[in-house]
Amino acid sequence: MNHEIPGDAAWSVPVRAGRTVTLTALADGANATVLIIGADRLDRLNIPDTLKSQMSARIKPGMVLMSDRGLALATVLASTLDWHDGLTGALPDRLLLLELTKHGFGEADLHGCINFFSKVAVADDPRASLAYIPYHAHAGDTVTLRADQDLLIFVSTAPHALSDGPAAGVAVQLESPAHVEDPVLREEAVRALRLTRELIA
Amino acid sequence: MTITATTVALDSVVEAGDGALVSVPAGGRLRIVDLHGNQAVDTLFYDAHDIDNRYSAFDTIREQRAVFLTTGSRLISTRLDELAVITDDTCGRHDTVGGACSQESNVIRYGEFTRHQHACRQTFLRYGAEAGIGQRQLTHNINFFMNVPVTSTGGLTFEDGLSAPGKYVEVTASRDLFALISNCPQVNNPCNGWDPTPIQLLGWW
Repeated sequence: MNHEIPGDAAWSVPVRAGRTVTLTALADGANATVLIIGADRLDRLNIPDTLKSQMSARIKPGMVLMSDRGLALATVLASTLDWHDGLTGALPDRLLLLELTKHGFGEADLHGCINFFSKVAVADDPRASLAYIPYHAHAGDTVTLRADQDLLIFVSTAPHALSDGPAAGVAVQLESPAHVEDPVLREEAVRALRLTRELIA
Repeated sequence: MTITATTVALDSVVEAGDGALVSVPAGGRLRIVDLHGNQAVDTLFYDAHDIDNRYSAFDTIREQRAVFLTTGSRLISTRLDELAVITDDTCGRHDTVGGACSQESNVIRYGEFTRHQHACRQTFLRYGAEAGIGQRQLTHNINFFMNVPVTSTGGLTFEDGLSAPGKYVEVTASRDLFALISNCPQVNNPCNGWDPTPIQLLGWW
């Protein structure tokens, strides 16, 4: 299926294990704030565990997005961008909260998010100062995830919290490929995928 | 200027691998002392009157436009309220990107042999329970005294601490708070110098 989320909107979609989700920026400067909740509807995306186990301060292709309980939620298969922001969160978002509420979730579930298509650069100074990079993404940029267990994915297209640009739409395409090879992954990510497949996928 | 009398309301030692839930009233000062050096102290803050209004690592990072925490850092909640301010810091910088260790993430990072080692998430859940803090309320914490360098090329590593015996950090509560503390038991990386040690909590209010 294919759905275009307009700018300044929120949407949610269930994604079965093995399916892929491709987000496409529909205009320059797009941002897709994403929350992911796992198959048991309690386990969820854990950004610190995702970053530290793969020794990265950014989200990029070839990473597994990990849950609070050490399972693989999704694998970042490919992207036209090598940096997606996972460090700067999102402003309180009424529409995203409403979307969570539809599924029985609430404010306690507004957890660390990924801001796909956005980059906040880190400086090599004593505080690791941050600078938002305007228009990091351009129309047509994409990122593709593979669900590694049954997921609920929440997407907000509100502008990044540090952006003063306009909101932009994001297209979401779901596909059901027969099989997707794992990309090259660190051993920690391979362990998370193996455990997930053994237990629940 | 109003001078308000304060007393030492808290003076306790948290053993290595143990934790605490501390109620800190608005205006209260909580000091965490790294008694033996290089000890990560995983810490969460909650609005004592509404635990859904909780510390948010990523809102805090974004609002200060910097990754590391130190004196002057405002600790921001999910609703963008200021929960507390770091008002003194003899260590120099603290992490809030590295999160807490859990039994499950230890398995991913280090292997199956760590499955039943004690971990911060266990401590958070144990001490948080009396305030109604459970799995859904746990969020990404501060790691006082922990050194997690991030780089302009997008790298992130856990390294030996910058702390030393007697170094401390002090926060002043901007509203009534719960401070949920896990004195990290991790032995598989250098965050505790490979040897977890006790900390001291001091409070004035």
